[in-house]
Amino acid sequence: MAATITKKIIHGIYDDEVPLLEACKKLKTAGIKIKDVFTPFPIHGIDPIVGVPRTRLAICAFIYGLTGLGLATLMMWYMMVSDWPTDVGGKPNWAYYFNIPAFIPITFESTVFCAGHGMALTYLLRCMLIPGASAKNPDPRTTNDKFMIYLELNDEQAHKADAILRSAGASEVNYKGTVTEKLAY
Amino acid sequence: MHAESQIREPLILGKKTYSQITDDIIRPVEGKANKYWYMLFTVAVLTFIWGLGCLSYTIGVGIGVWGSNNGVDWAWDITNFVWWIGIGHAGTLISAVLLLFRQKWRLGINRSAEAMTIFAVMCAAIFVLFHTGRVWLDYMLFPLPNQFGSLWPNFNSPLLWDVFAVSTYFTISCVFWYIGLIPDFGTIRDRAINPMVKKAYNILSFGWGGSARHWSRFEEVSLVLAGLSTPLVFSVHSIVSFDFATSILPGWHTTIFPPYFVSGAVFSGFAMVLTLMLIVRKVYNLQAYITVKHVEYMNIVIIVTGSIVGVAYLTELFISWYGGVEFEQYAFLNRATGPYWWAYAAMMTCNVVSPQLFWFKKIRTSLVATFILSIVVNIGMWFERFVIIVPTLCRTFLPSTWNMYHPTFIDIGIFTGTIGMFFTFFLLFSRFFPVIAQAELKTILKVSGESQKEEAKHHAHEPAPTHAH
Repeated sequence: MAATITKKIIHGIYDDEVPLLEACKKLKTAGIKIKDVFTPFPIHGIDPIVGVPRTRLAICAFIYGLTGLGLATLMMWYMMVSDWPTDVGGKPNWAYYFNIPAFIPITFESTVFCAGHGMALTYLLRCMLIPGASAKNPDPRTTNDKFMIYLELNDEQAHKADAILRSAGASEVNYKGTVTEKLAY
Repeated sequence: MHAESQIREPLILGKKTYSQITDDIIRPVEGKANKYWYMLFTVAVLTFIWGLGCLSYTIGVGIGVWGSNNGVDWAWDITNFVWWIGIGHAGTLISAVLLLFRQKWRLGINRSAEAMTIFAVMCAAIFVLFHTGRVWLDYMLFPLPNQFGSLWPNFNSPLLWDVFAVSTYFTISCVFWYIGLIPDFGTIRDRAINPMVKKAYNILSFGWGGSARHWSRFEEVSLVLAGLSTPLVFSVHSIVSFDFATSILPGWHTTIFPPYFVSGAVFSGFAMVLTLMLIVRKVYNLQAYITVKHVEYMNIVIIVTGSIVGVAYLTELFISWYGGVEFEQYAFLNRATGPYWWAYAAMMTCNVVSPQLFWFKKIRTSLVATFILSIVVNIGMWFERFVIIVPTLCRTFLPSTWNMYHPTFIDIGIFTGTIGMFFTFFLLFSRFFPVIAQAELKTILKVSGESQKEEAKHHAHEPAPTHAH
């Protein structure tokens, strides 16, 4: 039987991003893991403190873009060279490179199309942002003007975190029940 | 935090807090529309329906009901297409190019400007789809596998590039706009009291929560989409200009067209943004967020792009004379002094002379003057496209094909119909969607808010704090 551990859910609510950042730094120094932070707008410089890794979405966009480039080239090669070398003004397309300047605009558009849509879809799926998904913020005020640190901690750490959250100027520290986690071996 | 010079004027007026920003921007969505909204909406919908009637008549009877004829085979349709597409460009320019240049004033206007882009491209699409004559066969514009043998569209043709460019532009603009809207829908959802409204906005918000991870990705997506949209927006109007520039007609066959069209597009687009924003800020009481400074910034863009357009007109004239090709010379002489001289005169006055008035600070910071001039600019830009298309086609190489063009009431009806459609969609947008990107706007409150600026000023006057260790 797997051993389990019960952790307290703590919502540290702030009225401004400055004390929230302060609290995050103090929690980090104290070695307390911040589960998540919910804010009404993006806060610059918070990522390394909370431990959010650099997103790889831009790399995805690059790969999608290359895919678009390849697909457009393949399509135009097939339609204009392989399947039927259209003769325009006595200049049939016997090879792709004969006419490459004319193919650049659509190659570019297709690159942008695939990169943009692919990246947007990846972003939505990666964040599980799906039509009909239930709201992911535990407190509805965090999309307006409240800033929240979300913690899941055992009793000893919770005690320590409570003091840190309040000392940094939390307007509220709410306990929202517990979660049971399996202990990892 | 990023510090900003004290000389710069605040972008958010009044001593606003985060929750006040939310209230000010979301309230119009939650409240009931006033009677002005209903009045405008009724007029817009009626005009839209009139346009739909004219379109149905075109489908039923055939494209002969338009004024286009054998010589002038492109006329109001393509004029209106280029005009609408051009208007759309400002939205992308504001949200993408100004994002890359880190211009914070974009945040007051980017949402509505992007909405404007989408609706303008929809209006433009109507003209290209219908000018083919048989709108039900328009699927053949796309390279679809078909039953007609190896029948593929011609990828050497700028007209086909246009199909790809405009459809990419439209869908990418929609994606960019919606990604930005998601956090704001989340805010509306969390404030909603009516369960049906809450449900509707929950579906629209995709379950947005504002976690640090999501914001980090959100910013990356916005940045990369801006990086993709910037060359895209330049490519779209360049390709629109290729429709003309790759032909061999005198007056069209010029290499100056792509930059000239792109700056013209930005010029007319900013004018349309100003027309809309000046109404929106008044109707929805957003004077604190769309300030006179925003208007002034946009007017400065209008001076720059308007002057580029002016220089392009003069360059065209000079080169047609200097180039020594009689056909070119005649084409430009005909534009300026031929049967459509009045269109040329209107274009020159509205596009070259009127934007120069914005050099006066009094005029570019006057809302009434800006409103009037923004409409004048768009009239001028409509005439620019008309001048490029109709006078050129009515006097081509063969004098026996020369003839005049007169729009029919169907032409006029479809054009006014698209204006009705544009305003119908824009009014619906401003009623149900937040017209300012409130989540992103909050990021500049600490830097560009009025009270924060004042506070920083006080600190600057105090003696520097001494650090005792």
